[in-house]
Amino acid sequence: MIRLLHGLRRSGVLGMNERNAEYIMGHNDRRNYPLVDDKLITKRRAEEAGIQVPKLYATVEIERQIRRLPAMLGDYQDFVVKPAHGSGGNGIMVVMGTQHGNYRLSSGRLVSVDHVGHHISNILSGMHSLGGQPDQAVIEQRVIFDPLFERISYGGVPDIRTIVFKGVPVMAMVRLPTRISDGKANLHQGAVGAGLDMNSGRTTTAVWLDRFTDLHPDTGDPIAGVEIPGWDYLLELAARCYSLADLGYLGVDVVLDRDHGPMVLELNARPGLSIQLANRASLSPRLQAVDALDEIPQSPVDRARLAQRLFGEAHPPEKIDPRKPANT
Amino acid sequence: MRNLHLKLLALGLCGLGVAGIWYKVDVLGLPLTADAQTMVWTVEATASLQADAGPTRVQLFIPSNPPGFNVLSEDYISGGFGLTRTGDGTNRRAEWTSRRASGSQTLYYRIQISEDQSGETVIAGPQPTFPEVPEYEEPYGFAAMTLLDNVRQESADIASFAQRLLIRYNAESPDEHVGVLRSFAEGDAEHTRNIIHILAGARIPARPVQVLSLRDQMRRGALESYLEVHNGTEWIAFNPRTGSPGYGDDTLVWHWGDAPLMEISGGRQGQVQFSAARTPRETVAVAQQQAMLGGSLLMDFSLLSLPIHTQNTYRILLLVPIGALVMVFMRNFIGVKTFGTFMPILIALAFRETELLWGIFLFTAIVAIGLLIRFYLENLKLLLVPRLAAVLIVVVVLLAAISILSHKLGLDRGLSVALFPMVILAMTIERMSLVWEEFGPGEAIQQGVGSLGVAILGYLVMFNDELAHLVFMFPEILLIILAVVLLMGRYTGYRLTEIWRFRHLIREQSGK
Repeated sequence: MIRLLHGLRRSGVLGMNERNAEYIMGHNDRRNYPLVDDKLITKRRAEEAGIQVPKLYATVEIERQIRRLPAMLGDYQDFVVKPAHGSGGNGIMVVMGTQHGNYRLSSGRLVSVDHVGHHISNILSGMHSLGGQPDQAVIEQRVIFDPLFERISYGGVPDIRTIVFKGVPVMAMVRLPTRISDGKANLHQGAVGAGLDMNSGRTTTAVWLDRFTDLHPDTGDPIAGVEIPGWDYLLELAARCYSLADLGYLGVDVVLDRDHGPMVLELNARPGLSIQLANRASLSPRLQAVDALDEIPQSPVDRARLAQRLFGEAHPPEKIDPRKPANT
Repeated sequence: MRNLHLKLLALGLCGLGVAGIWYKVDVLGLPLTADAQTMVWTVEATASLQADAGPTRVQLFIPSNPPGFNVLSEDYISGGFGLTRTGDGTNRRAEWTSRRASGSQTLYYRIQISEDQSGETVIAGPQPTFPEVPEYEEPYGFAAMTLLDNVRQESADIASFAQRLLIRYNAESPDEHVGVLRSFAEGDAEHTRNIIHILAGARIPARPVQVLSLRDQMRRGALESYLEVHNGTEWIAFNPRTGSPGYGDDTLVWHWGDAPLMEISGGRQGQVQFSAARTPRETVAVAQQQAMLGGSLLMDFSLLSLPIHTQNTYRILLLVPIGALVMVFMRNFIGVKTFGTFMPILIALAFRETELLWGIFLFTAIVAIGLLIRFYLENLKLLLVPRLAAVLIVVVVLLAAISILSHKLGLDRGLSVALFPMVILAMTIERMSLVWEEFGPGEAIQQGVGSLGVAILGYLVMFNDELAHLVFMFPEILLIILAVVLLMGRYTGYRLTEIWRFRHLIREQSGK
């Protein structure tokens, strides 16, 4: 047991307690949480900064508005309903189209307008929000994902999660929905997490349900080697989000839309730790490397280049020496 | 810097807590364990007399700060007599007076005393003057001087002098001098007076003491005399019949000097009898009573000064922080997943009403049935608050059904369910069904089992009798718990479950 704990420390894996105490509490001003916890605010600020986000169709704030739902949705055939204060992909309903007056969900299920209304009502009562507070429902443009990941995802929209520390991207992964994750891109719920080489944006290793894997469990295709187009720009986008929320330790979720290119889906003030499993690499050495920098460049472009130089595979950082404690 | 601040704060809190506990244990004598018992003596003096037709006055010596004992309470049963108490610094007297008492009268004095655990006994009394050497008659004088000379050679100080003298005087086969001296004294009081007379030959101040040897179930006991000599700084007691120093454990000093125990005017045939009984009592109660008498501020403002029903609430309330401590440990050090932060503590509190095994069964059964009904309600598409209310009602109905059923089956245990906090159950069901839908049954069951596990552990820790006693008697422990929680709050190391979560990563990185 002690030996294992030592191994854990040597490997430089970032643990929950350390993440909470050192990085989230140490670098994230609680005042700025509403900026990322409220997706409407994030969306507005991102738009002001010229960052591409899924288009907002409507918001529902009170129960009564649900009755006008059909009118509100109008001609929109496909859209996403989500809680403004949701977290971890909870309470997201993806509508892919209509059929005989019913809505078709991403899972293929056909549901009535009433069902969508009930879902919104649940959102309003705070069922999916942080702390159970009454919430708003956001109805927005459904991202039609780039066919790039078609062979290694099953339903739903894959997204790219990047951890940005002090404005420098430090680690990234693609979250690939599976059959058991029900189209959701949350590792907790059974999505596959595929590590990304920070330099090239190519997928490397993957984890599924806390187990290492090389193939997508549903499609059977190898996960490694898929290159994300426009990776340089994607990293810049992530770096730019730093100034959006002013959070030192930030998770940026980006989706690749077939027609509109990369869009920022949401920001996360408490990004999870499984990204380490997806990359088979530890966060602590990378975070410490950023902390050790004398100066962090002002421009997001420079920060993105810095990240590629520091953490890319072509120019690996000092290899983690298993015999040395991580914090030296 | 922040850590230093925290450590100092924790240290301060710990210090404060320990100091409070130390004071209560060492000074007030509160026991650290729940079942500690102290022997309490109840001693009763029964004074009987024949009163004349006129006014009657009875004076009786009563104990005053008896060495080796703490006085817990005193009672007087005076009949038609008026009672006053007088004291002269060393002795106390009860004085009963009546204008018109006649015939046989009985007066009672009862004292409850406990053994003083502190072990320090200071004998009261003013500094005496050195007595003049008496003018002994012969052959008494010669015998006394010879004995004193012999003893002086065998002794180092006044204490050993007195002891040697007593041993020689009481020897089974006394030498001729002692024989002469002993022939002048008959009876217990005379015996002591004789020794004081001899000690005066060496100019050693001494005084007689009237004591009661306590025996359990004693009836018709009487006082006997003891001897105290003054060594220049303090009085030292000796048993004048054996020479053993100090008062024995069961020797109660009634009064100093050899004045008669009872003085009567306006009455005859006065007689005093003593009875005693020994009963074990909880040390807590004894210490409490004593501290109240002593007017200790800390005891005055302790939880024991609250009304009983409030006390009983605090007996439970004070255990909650301990549950919170368990919770912090299980979450931040082990990494157990639970519903909500403090739900397991509430469940543990609920177990208190039902006892553990029955509680686990009930919890599992009600949550399982409630979950089924909750899934059914989901189909009805109710709004959140009404749905919660519906679950709550279902829970109450389930509880009632279980109570009735178990009563019919003759299981009285089921009735205690009535207090099983139903809101907690309703919330648990709601939380579990949410997790079930959002994260799947695996996660829901994991969190459910986690909650139950922490609740069981919390229950075992919280409702441990020893711990409950400690926290209630020494709420200062909460300061120490606070300090520990604060320190745990800065633990940034791994959780035990993270070894499992990142096991493949460790293996891979160690292999590099």
